[in-house]
Amino acid sequence: MTRRVTRRLVDLLVVFLGVTLIIYLMVFALPGDPIAALGGDRPLAPNVVAELRERYHLDEPVLQQYLRYLGGLLQGDLGTTFQGQSVADRMALRWPVTITLALTAWGIEVLLGVLLGLVAGLRAGAVSDRLVLAGTVVATSIPVFVLAVSAQLWLGVELAWFPVAGTGAGWPTAYLLPAAVIAVFGLASVARLMRGSVVDTLRTDFVRTLRAKGLRERQVVGVHVMRSSAIPVLTYLAIDLGYLLGGTVVVEGVFNLPGVGQLLFQAIRAHEGPTIVGVSTALILVFLLTNLLVDLLASVLDPRIRHE
Amino acid sequence: MTDVATASGPSPETEPSPSSGTSPVLEVRDLTVTFRVDDGHAPDVHAVRGVSFDVLPGEVLAVVGESGSGKSVTSLALLGLLGRHAEVGGSALLGGAGQERVELIGLDRRALQDVRGRRVAMVFQDSSGALDPVFTVGYQLDEMLRRHAPDLTRAQRRERSVELLRLVELPDPAERLKFYPHQFSGGQAQRVMIAMALACDPEVLLADEPTTALDVTVQREVLDVLRRLRERVATSIVLITHDMGVVADLADRVVVMRGGEVVETAPVRRLFEAPRAAYTRELLAAVPRVGTPDRPSGADGAGRPALAFDDLVVEYRDRRGRAVRAVDGVTLSVQPGEIVALVGESGSGKSSMGRCALGLAPVTSGSVEVVGTRPGQDTPRTVRAARARIGVVFQNPAASLNPRYSIGESVAEPLRVHAGLRGPELERRTAELLESVELPASWVSRYPHELSGGQLQRVSIARAISLGPDLLIADEPTSALDVSVQATVLDLFRQVQQSLGFACLFISHDLAVVDELADRVAVMHRGRLVETGARAQVLGRPEQDYTRRLLAAAPVPDPAEQAARRAAVG
Repeated sequence: MTRRVTRRLVDLLVVFLGVTLIIYLMVFALPGDPIAALGGDRPLAPNVVAELRERYHLDEPVLQQYLRYLGGLLQGDLGTTFQGQSVADRMALRWPVTITLALTAWGIEVLLGVLLGLVAGLRAGAVSDRLVLAGTVVATSIPVFVLAVSAQLWLGVELAWFPVAGTGAGWPTAYLLPAAVIAVFGLASVARLMRGSVVDTLRTDFVRTLRAKGLRERQVVGVHVMRSSAIPVLTYLAIDLGYLLGGTVVVEGVFNLPGVGQLLFQAIRAHEGPTIVGVSTALILVFLLTNLLVDLLASVLDPRIRHE
Repeated sequence: MTDVATASGPSPETEPSPSSGTSPVLEVRDLTVTFRVDDGHAPDVHAVRGVSFDVLPGEVLAVVGESGSGKSVTSLALLGLLGRHAEVGGSALLGGAGQERVELIGLDRRALQDVRGRRVAMVFQDSSGALDPVFTVGYQLDEMLRRHAPDLTRAQRRERSVELLRLVELPDPAERLKFYPHQFSGGQAQRVMIAMALACDPEVLLADEPTTALDVTVQREVLDVLRRLRERVATSIVLITHDMGVVADLADRVVVMRGGEVVETAPVRRLFEAPRAAYTRELLAAVPRVGTPDRPSGADGAGRPALAFDDLVVEYRDRRGRAVRAVDGVTLSVQPGEIVALVGESGSGKSSMGRCALGLAPVTSGSVEVVGTRPGQDTPRTVRAARARIGVVFQNPAASLNPRYSIGESVAEPLRVHAGLRGPELERRTAELLESVELPASWVSRYPHELSGGQLQRVSIARAISLGPDLLIADEPTSALDVSVQATVLDLFRQVQQSLGFACLFISHDLAVVDELADRVAVMHRGRLVETGARAQVLGRPEQDYTRRLLAAAPVPDPAEQAARRAAVG
């Protein structure tokens, strides 16, 4: 077990280095000059530009900048924006919103996805199964921004069931609609995955054995089928939690939620290199850590992985 | 009191049991099972047609038959485990003297769940797949007791679980409760299954091919456990099997099934000594036995060997990078025209040897010489050219033939690739090959799913011999086949070998099959060669202890001889 965790941590480090480097390179390859943009319409004096460039080390080769950035990361410094604010501070204010949003969406995925998948899987081929399958196809084929804007218009503006935008109404009211919107895609995938998993589990020999033992159907399904089917679904759910945390950009924009996604969105528009890299790095860390947790959880659920 | 032991099948070849007079624990009458196919759009399949038999108290009743005979379906139908596409008719009355009598067929679901496990328990073929992999066996035993004996306390259930594991002779039973199914070997897992089935002292134990997936020596252990159980528990056992050796070893009475019907019901000795139904006679005749007479070998001792292993070592790396030695210093050769059988249990390294000969396994040290080339040392070009002179037949013909190629295309492929044949010449040769394996040449355009297992294996053989190989490697070519089919495929194999005269490495776990075919026999155990020699010598007068154990473990299809062997072992 310790071996496993160490090995995973090493993997994690490699992925982390690789991905941050790529993002770093990409951000600095973006067209346009952020320093020049600081002055707005009026061009900055060449000596001011040079000074700013030196202060933010923009005159060094990119690789050296990256190493300097990594060094900062090691000391817990996510970088400084061109306005002189700490990226970490800016994010700290916004994390609660994003985390609340992502967890609400995730909760919807887990509950509804697993339930729908189970219902469909248990009655594979029946009308309920076909409805769930058709629903998942529709759900996965609508782009998030279309869904977000239409949900806002219809459920928020016309029917006024939910607040149109902002976090003023607090949890859960303010978060339900945006969470539901970002949950839709994952929900459909979870339902499909769970359905397939349940169908496969029901075909296994051990389910036949359990029935031959005379166990009640609710025990066969509730204890044995559920646990075996959950293992593959769980892996997906964890990856999806990471995706949800990073994938709130559009929805936070549409519903005007002051989360990390919105910050990233604004930073990209403003060519705020340090913020983009900082936010992305934080999101990558969250993503990698949720994956690690899931791996550990899967080995708790499945003794065969534990004893490998 | 009715004539209890009579099986009223369509055949007249039935007789009353010697123990008539006791009332049966299970009376099956005119059982039918019909599967609706494709929601009734395709014709129904009548899997079981009017099957009747009795299970007497404390007896072992064997139900034998080949695949498709309906024997497994019968047992699943009794417990209502067939699913909603099956329609079950007839009657199955459970409950002997002093027991509540219950009609199982048509019983509602909840009542049926009370019978399952408590009064009628089941053991399945693949023991490691039949246990839930994510729960400990302790939990799975406990769950059974909790369901059917709710009065027991937690401590009593635990005590009973330990007692059950002890009953099936597992060492350290208390410790084993914490194990997960994958931590047991196949034989041990099967014993756990048996323990679980016996948890609630059922009146009937339905054992569906309980030892089929196991190695012979492990099968022997499980059969021993079952045999000794008979003295300790009152449960009647219905043993569903295709293996006449297992029947001879364990059964009191036998029901022979074919095509969903009972062909013959008889006490075990009578069945083997004087089978009445023609099908039973055929079935018994098809079972290979050790002890076939001497025959001339086609080996040409003078030439260079077609296949030679010299001090071969094969190592694989496991997930942690540790070396696992599959083959450990084996020296063996196959002369032109000779059939050498490589025998051993699973994990003995016999298949790794075959893979090595094909250049598919890593040679860690030592050397392999195949039809004059050395894979791994000679240039890839030479080795590839040599492949044209090697034929291969695998165990599972359905998996080794491309399902999207017609059988004609499969057979013709080596001819096109290696011999460069095209057009009418290719067609003529393909037709010839199919005819040489006794398949009609008109079948060239059929696809694998249209053929039975035996027919597919013939196609595999035709493909393997298409280029007139110098060497043929056959890895368990008949293990997946029914006995009667196996017999015909083995016959064919021998004929083809005699007419073409190729050398053959025949890999098998079945000593009786090997006895029918091989010139020389090499016995492998844990990667090492235990014994090599002429067939009659190795199988008739084995020198090594392991060979003797292997021979003794395989039950012979003869109840009298099997009883004598049991007595001799003690």
